[in-house]
Amino acid sequence: MENGGTVETTYLGAIREALQEEMRADDTVFMLGEDIGAYGGAFKVTDGFLDEFGPDRVIDTPISEAAIVGAAIGAAHMGLKPVAEMQFIDFIAPAFDMIVNFAAKSRYRTGIGAGLVIRGPCGAGARSGPFHSQSVESYFANVPGLKMIAPARAYDAKGLLRAAIRDPDPVLFFEHKFLYRRIKEQLPVDEEIFVPLGKARTHREGTDLTIVTYGAMVYKSTEAADRISAEDGSEVEVIDLRTLRPLDTDAIVESVKRTGRLLVVHEAPRFGGFAGEITAQVCEEAFEWLDAPIRRVTAIDTPVPYAPTLEDYYLPGEDDIVAAARWLLAY
Amino acid sequence: MRSLYRYLWLTRALEERLEIIFKQGHVIGGLYRSLGQEATAVGCGYALADGDWIAPSIRDLGGLLARGLDPRDVLRQYTARGTSLCAGKDNTNHFTVPELGILGPISPLGTQLCVLNGVALSFRSRREPNVCLTFQGDGASRTGTSHEGLAMAAALNLPIVVVLEHNRWAFGTPSTAVAAVKDWADVAGAYGVPAVTVDGNDVLQVYDAATQAIARARAGDGMTILVAETYRMLGHAQHDAQRYVPDHELAEWKDHDPVQSFSDYLIEFGFESDSTLDQIRGEVALELDAAADEVLSEGYPAAEEARTRVYGDPSLDAEVPWSRGAVPGYEGLTSGKRGRPAAGLEGA
Repeated sequence: MENGGTVETTYLGAIREALQEEMRADDTVFMLGEDIGAYGGAFKVTDGFLDEFGPDRVIDTPISEAAIVGAAIGAAHMGLKPVAEMQFIDFIAPAFDMIVNFAAKSRYRTGIGAGLVIRGPCGAGARSGPFHSQSVESYFANVPGLKMIAPARAYDAKGLLRAAIRDPDPVLFFEHKFLYRRIKEQLPVDEEIFVPLGKARTHREGTDLTIVTYGAMVYKSTEAADRISAEDGSEVEVIDLRTLRPLDTDAIVESVKRTGRLLVVHEAPRFGGFAGEITAQVCEEAFEWLDAPIRRVTAIDTPVPYAPTLEDYYLPGEDDIVAAARWLLAY
Repeated sequence: MRSLYRYLWLTRALEERLEIIFKQGHVIGGLYRSLGQEATAVGCGYALADGDWIAPSIRDLGGLLARGLDPRDVLRQYTARGTSLCAGKDNTNHFTVPELGILGPISPLGTQLCVLNGVALSFRSRREPNVCLTFQGDGASRTGTSHEGLAMAAALNLPIVVVLEHNRWAFGTPSTAVAAVKDWADVAGAYGVPAVTVDGNDVLQVYDAATQAIARARAGDGMTILVAETYRMLGHAQHDAQRYVPDHELAEWKDHDPVQSFSDYLIEFGFESDSTLDQIRGEVALELDAAADEVLSEGYPAAEEARTRVYGDPSLDAEVPWSRGAVPGYEGLTSGKRGRPAAGLEGA
C-alpha cells in the first residue's frame, strides 16, 4: 500500500527486501541454510527466492549448521558473499567452533577475511520454549573478529542487513522473531536504505535518564519512558544500539554525560550479558558524570521457559523498567 | 619420478632441519612431523592441477611443498618471524596461501573440510572445473564437523577428494580404541560415495589413485574417499616420546619407509641412478642451509602488531590497553569525590 512515496513494510519484509536487493544487485551474493529453498524458510523470509535466483544461489543444506557456516567461510575466502540462515538462532550452537575458531580468527591469522553473514531469528516472547527463544549475543561477545547486529526497526533491519552483506568481516545478524510481523513501518520507496554498522541511534530523546537497549526491548523501554513522562514528568532517553559489536561507546557516553543516569535493558540473561560490558565502559569513561549507580534490567538467569506464566516472569517487562528507572531518577 | 623423489626428500629433510632448529630453541611452539607419511601427502599434492585447492592436515607438509610452498615460509612460521605468511600470528603447519590454492587447517579438527566445501561451491558457482583435495587422520575423522562436512560434500555432489590417512594414532590413543571401524573404506558407505584404499607409503600408488579420484571429481561425479594405509612413526609432536607405541609396530613400519622404498624402487628398476638421487639430496641440503640462514636472521613481529588485522577496517584494531603508557588526568582526580571533574580536566 503506497502512501506518499512510502510503503508499509514489516520487519520481516524489510529483511526479505534487503536480501532480494543485494542478490539482484550482485550475483556473488548467495544463501544457504535449512528449508530455505522450496519451503521458503521456516518464517518464509526466502519465499519465492528459489524461483527467482535458482538452486545455485538458494542452497538447501543438510541439518548441519557447522557445515553451513563452514561452506560460507570457504565461499567468502573465494570472493563470494554468503548469507547463511540459522533456522532459529539457537541452532547456531553446533556452528560455534566454525564461527569462533575459523571465521573470527581467519583474518588475524591468515590475512584473508571471511566476509559472511549468519542471520536468524532470536528472542523470546513467542512461547517457543528453551530452544527456539534464546538471545545468543553474549556467547559471541568475547570473540574478537566478529561483528553483531540486533535491529529493532524495519528500517534498520533492511539497512543494516545490506551493510552486513557488503562488510568484509563475519557478521552475526540477530532478527527478533517477536518483531517479524508485529513491526510495520512506512519505508521510503525511492530512497536507498543503507545503515552503516557501529552506529547507535536515539529512539526517544530525554534529559533525565539514559536507557541503553536493543532489539525488542527498545519498544518496552520506550513504553516505560512514555509512562514515566506522563505520570512523573521525567524525560527518559532511549538509545537503540542497533550494532552490538563494534559497540558505539561514544553515543552511550555522550548521552550519559547529559543525563547523569544509566539503565541498561536487555532480553538476554543477566550474568555475563552486554549490560555488564556497557556498565564497565561507562564507569571507565564517564564515572565522574554519574549521579547514580548504573543498574541493569535483564532476563533472569535461567533458560527460557515455555509456560506463559514462566516466560512472562523470565522476561523483563515494562513494569520492571519503570520501577528501575524511578529508582534511578530518585537516587 | 625425479621430482616426486625430490618432494619426498625435501619433506623429510625440511622436517629434520626443523627438528635441529627446534633443539636449538628457535621453534617457539610444538613441532609436528609427518615421518613415515610423506608419500601420501606428496603423491596427492603432485596429482593436483593449477587452480585446484589443497587442504592439508598438520602431517601433510609434503603436499604443500609439491604445490609450491617455499620451505622458507615453513621455517618462518615455526620460528614466529614477522615475515611469516601469518605475520607471526599462527603456528604449526597452518598455512593458507590462496595464490597456491592452499587452505590451512585450524587446530579443532574436521572444521577445515566444512570450509573447503565452500571453496568447492565457489568453483561450481563460477563454472570452473577445479577440484579440492583434503586430508584427515583417522582421529580427525571422528569429529562432528568431519561428519557434517562429508555429509554436505556428498549431498551437494561437490568436486572433492577426501584423503583419510589411517596412520593408526590420534595423539596418544590408537584408532582401534576409539573407532569400531575395521576397514576404513567402509565409512564411505555412510555418505553414499565410493572409497579407494591404497598403500599410503607407496607414492606411485597414491599418485595414481589420487589422479583418478581427482579426475572423477573434475568430471562432476562427486566426492571420493581415498583411504591411505600408513603409520605415524613419531609421537604426536616433538615433546611426545611415544612410549605408548609397541616397538614391534615401529620396526615393521620402518621396513616400509616411503622415502627409502621409493629410492630403492627407482634404482632397482633403472629409473634413476644412486648418484642422481644423491645429487638431489645434496641440492636440497644446500637449499635448506641457505633458507635457515636467511630465516634465522629475520626478527619477530613488532609487539604492537598484536593489535592489528582483527577486522578489515584498521580503525577497528584493538585499543592500546589504557594501563600502558601515560594514564590520563591522574593528578587532578580526587578519590571518593562524586561529581564532574574540575575545570581543565574535561575530556581527560
